[in-house]
Amino acid sequence: MGRLKTFTRRAFLVGSAAVAGGVAFGIYTVRKPHENPLADSLAPGEAALTPYLRLDARGVTLITPRADMGQGAYHVQAALLAEELDLDLAEVRTDPGPPGAAYWNTALAEEAAEFSVPSEGLMRTVAETAVGAVMKMMGMQITGGSTTVPDQFDKLRAAAASARETLKAAAAHQTGVAADKLRTENGQVLLPDGSALPYAALTPALAQVEVVQDVPPRDPSQWRQLGQPMQRIDILAKSTGTQVYGIDVEIDGMAHAAVKLNPAQGGEMRGFDASVAEKMRGVQAVLPVTGGVAVVADNTWRAFQAAQAIEVQWGPAEMPATMADHWQALADAFTEDARDSRQRDDGDVDTALEAAEVIEAEYRAPYLAHAPLEPISAVVRVRDGKAEVWTGTQVPRFVQKNVAAIAGIAAEDVTLHVQMMGGSFGHRLEDEVVRRAAEIAVQMPGVPIKLTYSREEDMTHDFPRQIAMARLRGTVDAGQVAAMDLSIASPSVMVSQMGRQGISVPGPDSQIVAGAWNAPFAIPHHRVTGYRAAPLAPISSWRSVGASHAGFFHNAALDELIHAAGADPLAERLRLCNDPLARHVLEAVGEMSSWEGVLGDGRGRGVALTTSFDVRCAEVVEVRATDDGIRLEKVWVAAEVGRVLDPVNFENLVQGGVIFALGHAIHSEITYRDGRAEQSNYDGYPAMRLYQTPKIAVRGLENGDRVRGIGEPPVPPAAPALASAIFAATGTRLREMPFAKFVDFV
Amino acid sequence: MRLTVDGVAHEVDVEADMPLLWVLRDELKIKGVKYGCGIAQCGACTVHLDGAAVRSCQVWAEDAEGAEITTIQGLGQPEALHAVQAAWIEHQVAQCGYCQSGQIMQAAALLAEDPAPSDAVIDEVMSGNLCRCGTYPRIRAAIHSAAARLREA
Repeated sequence: MGRLKTFTRRAFLVGSAAVAGGVAFGIYTVRKPHENPLADSLAPGEAALTPYLRLDARGVTLITPRADMGQGAYHVQAALLAEELDLDLAEVRTDPGPPGAAYWNTALAEEAAEFSVPSEGLMRTVAETAVGAVMKMMGMQITGGSTTVPDQFDKLRAAAASARETLKAAAAHQTGVAADKLRTENGQVLLPDGSALPYAALTPALAQVEVVQDVPPRDPSQWRQLGQPMQRIDILAKSTGTQVYGIDVEIDGMAHAAVKLNPAQGGEMRGFDASVAEKMRGVQAVLPVTGGVAVVADNTWRAFQAAQAIEVQWGPAEMPATMADHWQALADAFTEDARDSRQRDDGDVDTALEAAEVIEAEYRAPYLAHAPLEPISAVVRVRDGKAEVWTGTQVPRFVQKNVAAIAGIAAEDVTLHVQMMGGSFGHRLEDEVVRRAAEIAVQMPGVPIKLTYSREEDMTHDFPRQIAMARLRGTVDAGQVAAMDLSIASPSVMVSQMGRQGISVPGPDSQIVAGAWNAPFAIPHHRVTGYRAAPLAPISSWRSVGASHAGFFHNAALDELIHAAGADPLAERLRLCNDPLARHVLEAVGEMSSWEGVLGDGRGRGVALTTSFDVRCAEVVEVRATDDGIRLEKVWVAAEVGRVLDPVNFENLVQGGVIFALGHAIHSEITYRDGRAEQSNYDGYPAMRLYQTPKIAVRGLENGDRVRGIGEPPVPPAAPALASAIFAATGTRLREMPFAKFVDFV
Repeated sequence: MRLTVDGVAHEVDVEADMPLLWVLRDELKIKGVKYGCGIAQCGACTVHLDGAAVRSCQVWAEDAEGAEITTIQGLGQPEALHAVQAAWIEHQVAQCGYCQSGQIMQAAALLAEDPAPSDAVIDEVMSGNLCRCGTYPRIRAAIHSAAARLREA
């Protein structure tokens, strides 16, 4: 691990200094500083302290490069600023700010780099760190990978600490009192005579002083608010119907658009007859877009209705015709030629498997839609060589670039207003809806076009979670797990997703084996191999990405071996665990659940542990087998995140992650027939409802030395813990999601 | 057509079969009412029609004529919260918040009928409202808390 730390620290230094957009390659180019995206957008009277916060006559504004899709990103970032600035959290305004290369996501690059811990020499190192280098060069301003907190924790506090000391310097300049005689409190600089200068009033003086650099953020022991329960800054608006989401944006003169896209995913539109639609009330235009037809009308519902009335000739999709073909493509990928990674290879697996009775099993994880409750939408206006965009997005730089290309203008002539999102789960890492809206907008210059996808268009044209398959070969010896050889096949989600942005991703895809290759268990003979299947349906990152399938596979496989060894699922994991932080989370859920092995009376418990996004997360699920089916009774979760910044939001996100994961594991899959998704709404794609929701107890551990994000890590352990619990209660071993295909649930 | 929404009468010129949801959102610009599925599967569009919780995506405009329509924005305001909204804030229910207008309207209708609902009743009545973020444990707690607030009031 020593080399990893060296690498990440160096990467961070590069990042904090880092690069202008542009497509140069090589480490020296990567080290060039980015331009400050705020420099151009400051009005007279405003002074920029750093790219992360703005101070003006209205007070302190957080410039947040990370988007909020419900995880509380704005809230937690505002809290980081407020802590260092001695400011009431409610006083912090938020502004998504302009897209900027300087906002590239350091932590996401580190995540990519972690997989590249050099195991086989220098050549591999160069190839594998290319992912991180590409991310920097592209100035990838992405919200994802549970990185908002780890990425912003140091940057925002450093920025705010610097701002605080610079405010003091400005006050000193204005009053003649030495800066070290000043202190800050409640958004004011306090003078020794008891008088107070509000920060806002110091804005003019700020321009007269040098920014105070290199101010260390406060030690957590001095925190007033961080780590304590606090009210989320968006909670009032979200409890009163007054929160404005992207779908609610109203622009003067705006028209409402809907699309009818080729149901065969990615297939072309070959021709259409809109003679009926054109005569429908409120319809202003029927226009071609990539892969379909758009209707522009005076009302969303009228646009939806008219879109349905268009007759279209469709081209075929480029994917196998049946799900059996999709699965076969994965089965065919377990070959040396398709071998993508082998980051885990302990002991001598081949010899161990020759020597004993081999336990074999196969596991499957289906395509899954993201299906956030707010359907995707975008408002785009193109006029006079400029474009303006209002949309909820996790990838503002991609949106800017793609709208510019469609409008035939420069990226800097695209102004983006990032909106609050009604969920995402990775959905808004894609920007198809913005591209379609831009295609309509260029055909109707000057008219703000709001394109809203119907739920059906949204779900059937989602780029789902990757499909994946795993094969286990393992042995046990003397009541212990002896050998585990796990092979995982999946198409590359990173290649599919980045490919739509015109970016090629070099090296192996860590997501094929994420949460499996790094499982913290000292099994004597332990191998995890990733195999890259050929592209099938286009796919995209879904909450917890690769760990959502590989974390299930590894835990489920280990569970079978532990059972074969006749050992206790928790005790054997604890015996094998070789990572102190992971051991703590396992011990925590054992203690929380009063783990006592076999329960009887139709009850069963399962345990699972996955490390994803550098968070060790363990879960115990308890179920009861009833006459009406399996009932989920209780879940205990422990996660190691270094620091819990807001315990209430933390608990909510963990519980939500568990519910999201259990709901999908039980109910959900997207299947394709001739390239057409067979589920188009929540009736065919059910999720967990309140009546099925178990009690969920949560504990955040703070033993690690780095703060971590919690948006995704609760997801991967939930499905395998549930499968294990069902096995304990009923003896039925579940190896394929969704489980409701094989057992009944209450 | 004349619709009374949150105590205000509006004259609208819409098709008889336009769903109330879209009359509210696109014609009257009442955006607190949310579109989620259009087929009564998610409950995000829930409003009260003469006090009863309905899915506004399933109510034709003409069928809402003459009724008292109440939306989340008429139930209470940021400066004058309904007890259910206050409980939602107390329990910090929302994550993305997109479903919460519908959840709150459903819960308010439930409590108007049953001032002290059991967990079983809450499960039954609230399970038509989908929350993709999974805030259900907090919804359950907030409903009990709102019930207590209403009983005290």
